[in-house]
Amino acid sequence: MDRFAWTSGLLELGETLVVQQRGVRLYDGEEKVKFDSGVLLLSTHRLIWRDQKNHECCIAIPLSQVVFIEEQAAGIGKSAKIVVHLHPASSNKEPGPFQSSKYSYIKLSFKEHGQIEFYRRLSEEITQRRWENMPTSQTIQVNKDSQAGRIRAVGIVGIERKLEEKRKETDKNISEAFEDLSKLMEKAKEMVELSKSIANKIKEKQGDITEDETIRFKSYLLSMGIANPVTRETYGSGTHYHMQLAKQLAGILQTPLEERGGIMSLTEVYCLVNRARGLELLSPEDLVNACKMLESLKLPLRLRIFDSGVMVIELQSHNEEEMVASALETVSEKGSLTADEFAKLVGMSVLLAKERLLLAEKMGHLCRDDSVEGLRFYPNLFLTQS
Amino acid sequence: MSFAWPWQYSFPPFFTLQPNGETRQKQLSAWCALALAYSQRHRLPAMTVREAQDSPLFANRRLQRKLPLESIQVVLEELRKNGNLEWLDKNKTSFLIMWRRPEEWGKLIYQWVSKNGLTNSVFTLYELASGDDTENEEFHGLDETMLLRALQALQQEHKAEIITLDDGRGVKFF
Repeated sequence: MDRFAWTSGLLELGETLVVQQRGVRLYDGEEKVKFDSGVLLLSTHRLIWRDQKNHECCIAIPLSQVVFIEEQAAGIGKSAKIVVHLHPASSNKEPGPFQSSKYSYIKLSFKEHGQIEFYRRLSEEITQRRWENMPTSQTIQVNKDSQAGRIRAVGIVGIERKLEEKRKETDKNISEAFEDLSKLMEKAKEMVELSKSIANKIKEKQGDITEDETIRFKSYLLSMGIANPVTRETYGSGTHYHMQLAKQLAGILQTPLEERGGIMSLTEVYCLVNRARGLELLSPEDLVNACKMLESLKLPLRLRIFDSGVMVIELQSHNEEEMVASALETVSEKGSLTADEFAKLVGMSVLLAKERLLLAEKMGHLCRDDSVEGLRFYPNLFLTQS
Repeated sequence: MSFAWPWQYSFPPFFTLQPNGETRQKQLSAWCALALAYSQRHRLPAMTVREAQDSPLFANRRLQRKLPLESIQVVLEELRKNGNLEWLDKNKTSFLIMWRRPEEWGKLIYQWVSKNGLTNSVFTLYELASGDDTENEEFHGLDETMLLRALQALQQEHKAEIITLDDGRGVKFF
């Protein structure tokens, strides 16, 4: 406990509060001390304890004094504690409550809990050692006689000076943080150049390397996030894997599609397929890439992308345009319908119902009424009447 | 006799600008026709866009639908393109709907002038619009702004000349 020094409890310039906890008692090693009920504050630089009854009584210890910390679990009648092992006190330490101590550690007892969070934050601060980056004046304020130590900036000039210092610190921190990022971006650029040159080599040497190798190269490029660089051949933009996958999908999806009126949104397909697979789940990119090959592989399903960007899988035999005619009948019967109402009537998902109504509008069969009540579709009387 | 609203006026989609091109064309034609008929029936004076928003022309209270501001502006632009609307200020805040184009008015006036052998005579604007002689003519009671526009149109065709008289303006027909 002799490492503690009296303090005003005010935070220094550049010091920020991290976390605080009420109901903390201090121990000098194994012995209780008179500091039995206080608020424990953790800042970027120090550990501060202030008496809950007497706010003037406030002590602090710099985090640089901490060697390491341990957790001590709660027991029956005992609160959970954090044990803080400390370096010996420095010779120029400010005066504190204890001149000497036979222990090189203290304990923080959390009578009102909160030790888990506090321990986490304290570990973080000790690891990060933020106090080294944000130098504040090292001398800690003495309680009553305040002249020694920090230049107490007074008045507007003082405030401005503080703001200026803070701004400079922030600037420095930001540019330091981004240094790593710019190095990373440089590397990334090199990688992209490299893969582009590989792609070009593939293009030139089409005859020399076997198809297998081409496909393997393509999959490497794909895994790096670069879409197929080679011109589209019979297999479209896929790899072996995607081809196999496409065939698999055709098998899995045939029945579900028939059950759902021949059309499903890609998200529904994704869920269905992954649920069936259990392990070895498909990524969305793989699913989309496989679906893009469906038509060229002459499989009985195809991928369709609506104007709005919504992607669906349809059976080849499904004709959305024909469905539009029946949609028109349904809407006419009811006078007008919203996408929700239509979906319920027909037994479709709202997403697909909306796409069908939008398609009908695009074809001129329906028109829209957009008001605060929502979006409704009507038969297009503008074209059929008068 | 109350104004006969067209069927579109009770059709909610009429108050939403249609995204489909073909549909929109039909919709705009209907709006233009309605605006002209309404303006003729109610002898609409010049109005501001603000006033237009609240007018029964663009806001059907019973149906609880109003044509939104951007769409009203599309309709007004369409009217202007057809020669049936004139903006009265640079900021496009007030306008005049001309259910009959100035050229058309000019034609009617000139027809009356020639039919009655009155070419080469001079008239004051008042005489033309409110005189006894023109009582049975369609252009009788035409407001001065429109009358002037009509005469300006005739002036373009060299069939008339607007002149200044002692107590106002007048026109000479050729």
